[in-house]
Parts: sequence; C-alpha cells; structure tokens
Amino acid sequence: MKFEPLADPATAAASLRRIAAMVLRYWYLLRSSWPRLVELVYWPAVQMITWGFLQVSFVGHEGALARAGATFIGAVLLWDILFRGQIGFSVSFLEEMWARNMGNLMMSPLKPGEFIAALMVMSIVRLAIGFVPVTLLAICFFGFNLWGLGLALAAFFANLIFTSWSIGLVVSGLVLRNGLGAENLAWSLTFLLLPLSCVYYPVTTLPEWLQSVALLLPPTYVFEGLRAILLDGVFRGDLMLKAAGLNVVLFAAGLVAFFRLFAGARRAGTLLQLGE
Amino acid sequence: MNAKPPAAVRAVDLVKAYGKVVAVDHIGFEVAAGSVTGLLGGNGAGKTTTIAMIMGLILPSAGRIEVLGHDIVAERHKVLHRMNFESPYIDMPHRLTVRQNLRVFGMLYGVADIDGRIADLAAELDLESLLERETGRLSAGQKTRVSLAKALVNAPELLLLDEPTASLDPDTADWIRTRLETYRAERGATILLASHNMPEVERLCDDVIMMKGGRIVDRGSPSGLVARYGRDTLEDVFLDVARGRALEPEKAPAS
Repeated sequence: MKFEPLADPATAAASLRRIAAMVLRYWYLLRSSWPRLVELVYWPAVQMITWGFLQVSFVGHEGALARAGATFIGAVLLWDILFRGQIGFSVSFLEEMWARNMGNLMMSPLKPGEFIAALMVMSIVRLAIGFVPVTLLAICFFGFNLWGLGLALAAFFANLIFTSWSIGLVVSGLVLRNGLGAENLAWSLTFLLLPLSCVYYPVTTLPEWLQSVALLLPPTYVFEGLRAILLDGVFRGDLMLKAAGLNVVLFAAGLVAFFRLFAGARRAGTLLQLGE
Repeated sequence: MNAKPPAAVRAVDLVKAYGKVVAVDHIGFEVAAGSVTGLLGGNGAGKTTTIAMIMGLILPSAGRIEVLGHDIVAERHKVLHRMNFESPYIDMPHRLTVRQNLRVFGMLYGVADIDGRIADLAAELDLESLLERETGRLSAGQKTRVSLAKALVNAPELLLLDEPTASLDPDTADWIRTRLETYRAERGATILLASHNMPEVERLCDDVIMMKGGRIVDRGSPSGLVARYGRDTLEDVFLDVARGRALEPEKAPAS
C-alpha cells in the first residue's frame, strides 16, 4: 500500500491545526462577502446611536430618570457583547448548515470540541469587527469612552461572552438535532435575557418573584455592575464573581446540552439530513 | 501460505431502527482491503444508512462496525483521518474558492504539504483553471471533481462514495470513473460505492452487496451475479432483486 503518513490526529498540535482550519474557513467566508462585514457593524451602530440620543435627551433632568438615562450607551454596548457574541457563535455554525457542509465536517477528523472552540474564536472575531468601530463612534458622537472602564470592561466582557457561548451551544445543539426548523432560536433566544437581565433598569424594578429569576442570570450582575461604576464610581468585584460562578454552571450546562443533542442527532440520523 | 488480508470494513449483525421503522436489519459483511465493493439496492434499501454508520455519522441500534481495525463507535477519531467520503448530496462551502476549500480540508485531515497536495490533485483532476474560482459558481461536473479532490485530499485508505456520478453527463461520469480506477490502482485503496448506475458498478466493482428492505439479499462479483441469475446485465439482476423475483433454490445464496 502506498499511503503517506498523516499527522497523528491525537496530538495537541493536530487539534490546534483543526481549530485553525475552521477559523480560516470562516475568515475566508467573511473576507469574501462585504454584506456580511457591513452587517456586523450596521445594527450595533444604529442601536448605539438611537440609545445615545435618548441618553442625551435625558441630560438636564433630575432624579431617578436622569440616573437611569446616564447608563444607556454603556448598557447598549454591553448588551451587544452578549447578543452579538451569541449571534457570532450561532451564525458561524449555521453557515455550515446553509452550505450543506455539515456532513463533510462531521465525517472529517474535526472533533465536536474543536468545532466549538473554532466557533468561540469566530464569535470574538465577528464581535470585534462590529464592536470596536461602534465603541469609537460612541466616543465621537457622545463622548462616551467604554474603554475607559479598563479592567471592569474586561470583567464585563468575559462574563457576557461566556453567557453568549452557553446560549450558542444550546441553539447549535438544537439545530443539529432538529434541523434548520430550529434556526429561529438563534435569532430570538437571547432576547429573552433583555428584560430579565435588567439591561436598562435596576433589578429592583422587577417584581420580587421575577427578581429571583433575574439573579440566576449572569448578565444581571454585569448590568448592575455597569450602573455601579457609571453612577457611583464603584467597581463591584463581588457582582463579577457571582456572575462568573453562574457562568461556570451555565457554560457547563451548555456543553452537556450540546454533546447530548449531538449524540441524539447521531442516533436519529439527522447529521446527514440537515434540511428543515 | 497466503494469509487473508484484513478486512477494511467489518459489519457484524448491524441494525438501525428509527422507532418501529427498521432501516438496516441485522446485516453482516466484510469489505476486503484493496477491493472495490458496490452497495446496490433501490431507494430505501438501507445503503446510505449503512454508509453513514460506517462513517460514524449514525449510531447503530445494535451490532458492531470495525473500520480499518477500529470500532467506529468507540474509536471513531482514531480512524477518520484515514478515510474520506464523497456524495453529490453534500456540498462544500460555496463562497470559498476551490483552493481555499481544499486548504481547509487539508488542514482538517492533517495533510503535511497542503500546497503540494493541492497541486497534485489539481493536476490529476484537471482543476488547475478552477482553483481560484468560487466553488458555488462551478458546473455540476466541476463540483463533482472538486468534491472528489476533497475526498482524496488525505489520500484515504478507505474511500466511501455515495452515488458519485449521479446527475453527471456520460462523458464526465466516465472521466470520474477512470480517476477512481487510477486512484485505486496507484494506492491500493479500498472503495465502498453506493450506486444506482449498474454499468458503473459492473465496471468498477470486484464485489457487489445487494440490499433490499434493510437486508442483504445477495452478494457476489458482478459477473457471478449475472451468471447466477441467468441474466445479461447487472441491471436485469437488480430488477429481479428489486421486484422480488426469487432465485431457484439451488442457486440462492447460502444464508
């Protein structure tokens, strides 16, 4: 037999190479499609400008309204980390479904964990393409410098991105198991967090029974933390630790859900029948 | 003493059921290393399910599959880099150029010299003029050649093909078959081929497994089957099997 030896697929280097292959695949796709690139910036910019002017309209008011309004730009930018992070993860996954390429990938040496790692990298890449220009626009239009939050921003980002990946894992697993009929979840599931994680108002605004639900969600602590730093000038490390603890549980649950749904897809034979 | 070469694929009492629907019903077979084996049967016979189980994409309900000496359920990732698959029903990313697609799959399969491998494949499969074109803008025949290049990027020891020439014109289909023959001759690879094209099976295959209703109903070389059924072509044999025309008892395969 005449077969050239291939790289041992079990080594860490081979694993990293497969992750790099998938990142390269998505990078080629992004590079080849200007509408995809524009879309990454368009909605975050529209959102930020809308909420920015709303915040401006509150300037000069007194009391609770003025305090709430003072955090709108920061809140919308952090919300975009959560929403766009999940969309970045899920859309990269859905690209394989739309391209009918999943069979090729699942039959290749790419392991599910490596696929997930590549989706996480791409979520950050896509987010950076949209997020960085919009934060710069926020400085130009409204003089709001999110980067000035320094280490607090890093803590906010880490917590929000892990929540977004957890949701992305569940959505991707559901699409693998149920086909593109579950695709709409990719666009809508995170919106459930918009009212519950108190993006634009303090958690005390919610009725008491709903507050206990909100406090189970890591982003709630991030947005409370944002208000603490913008309104009171205090970085609440305790809130970030609580968010991190909940994220560990949420991300682990996301992984378990993804792997169970993947195994379910192999049992049900849906990996080759990935239509609606 | 000639030792029997190890089987590239060994299926033992394989079953796949979806609820009450049994797609593959207690089948067992071996595919000899270096052989070209055809998997024949009408729509719903269980061919694609069987191939998907060999790839580990579908989990068997019962039974066992060994591929290149590894249990495909438990040790799938020890063997996937030594096999590959081509089907007209699975696409490659449309927006990527042919070269980009081959580079990505070369990296996934752990190919050392990817540029060299792409150059070799482009020469062998007449893809040089297509390398910088977007894959989605190619004709059906060109896409099939690109899919075949992807399937050969890791020079697989086991190549699984699901109707590799479906919807191709006769000239392109013949061209593909010639390349498959060349690959097998040069590498000594094992090929398992699901097809509805009887002349293709007669030309390429050493051995044919005939399936119906999820079961193996006959097996033999194309010429052996034609002789046993007293027919002129494998297509006639296929029709006999598909329409349930039984063999005379003395000619029927031992169960």
